[in-house]
Amino acid sequence: MSNNVMSADDVRRAITRIAHEILERQHGGERLAIVGLQRGGAWLADAIGAAINAIEPAAKVPVGYIDVSMHRDDIGLRPVVPGAISNISFGVDGTTVVLVDDVLFTGRTVRAALEGINMYGRPRAVQLAVLVDRGHRELPIRPDYVGKNLPTRLNEDVRATAEGVVISAGGAQ
Amino acid sequence: MKHLRSIDELGRDGLLRLLELTNHMVEVNRRPVPKVPALRGRTVVSLFFEDSTRTRLSFETAAKRLSADTMTFSVSTSSVNKGESLRDTVETITDMGVDAFVVRHKSTGIPWQISDWTSASVVNAGDGWHQHPTQALVDCFTVREAIGRERFDGLTITIVGDIEHSRVARSNMSAFSMLGANVVLVAPPTLLPPDVSHWPVEVSYRLDDVLARTDILYMLRLQSERMSQGHVPNLREYAETYGLDALRVAKLPPHAVIMHPGPMNRGVEMLIDPSALPNSLIHKQVANGVSVRMAVLFDLLAGESSAANLQQVAS
Repeated sequence: MSNNVMSADDVRRAITRIAHEILERQHGGERLAIVGLQRGGAWLADAIGAAINAIEPAAKVPVGYIDVSMHRDDIGLRPVVPGAISNISFGVDGTTVVLVDDVLFTGRTVRAALEGINMYGRPRAVQLAVLVDRGHRELPIRPDYVGKNLPTRLNEDVRATAEGVVISAGGAQ
Repeated sequence: MKHLRSIDELGRDGLLRLLELTNHMVEVNRRPVPKVPALRGRTVVSLFFEDSTRTRLSFETAAKRLSADTMTFSVSTSSVNKGESLRDTVETITDMGVDAFVVRHKSTGIPWQISDWTSASVVNAGDGWHQHPTQALVDCFTVREAIGRERFDGLTITIVGDIEHSRVARSNMSAFSMLGANVVLVAPPTLLPPDVSHWPVEVSYRLDDVLARTDILYMLRLQSERMSQGHVPNLREYAETYGLDALRVAKLPPHAVIMHPGPMNRGVEMLIDPSALPNSLIHKQVANGVSVRMAVLFDLLAGESSAANLQQVAS
């Protein structure tokens, strides 16, 4: 059983709104960088980056990707399969980095990303944008930009793509 | 994967998995801070009963870049000198709580023996003439980078030198052919094993005959003691027939690349300065050594097997 909670149009509108919010909070695109979390956040980072650059073409905000599998705290508890390779081809020193992920859940992936981004330099600030915040945080982490707050049960499964957001009754974890 | 002892045991799927994982480690090594916490709390011990520069140092660097703790066992200052057996040595180190042994020994099969005596993972860093799987991984990764594709179909790789006493030749020949390459072994008959009919290779006694169709020329080191053992009449004759000089380089196709696992014997198998060759991959082989060994340690120690150990400690 699955339930469509956001349509493709809803996702597109949320991305546009998040792009505006980011630019509003930063007062423009100066010293701003978007970093998607591999793999789920990569497409969203591309979309948010494209939206920002469409709104303010002069800003030329760079988009990068980070694979956090080697910074996770659950290595050894389950097999770790690295996602796609990190690619941050710009300096992060002194920039405001907006981390981007599709679904915010326990917060452990974001914690790993916070640690991982430090290996590339010292950002002036790090912020977090997610398409869906499904709750059940296990760490003191909160998003700065949210597409949709979505109350879920622990065992439910949330898939967020450009085609929409689907929530389904997951099996036993 | 619990152990990495030979290429055949690793298999084609394992080989492809480790090569893919190496791409991630290459990216880690390019970062301003090339260190990740992946193996925090794990301990890797290097147990080298034979001399080594690049293998031991690259394993230790790899372990440190993954935040594992490292211990180095040096035979000359250990209780082996008081007559402690290999088994007792391994069991003693196991009792201290290690997660992986990186082993080099002059005898074939020692890594298998050690894995019977310890619960830790065992990585073969060279056992006698038998296997040197991480060198083969390094070389496959280096070839992949050089040719820009993942499979070696249609590629002729010529391995030249002391095949019989070479663990590098045995591991590389398996790995190269698993990826689809056509492997040619070139050596004098005295430096070839008596029967190679079950190996997936072609054999030639004359280097000059195969150079023109070679895409990758892999030179092996000729150990000088081979001469005193009567395998070659003298080093000059060997150099004349099998050494790489400017004339032979000119016979290679223009796109051909040259590899050597090191340490090199200049004036024997290498008669020209390899750094003067435009197509030498020798430095890349060393550079990739750390990334490949990071992939190996990560694959061995970040999996479910260590989770079982954790649960044991917890209960």
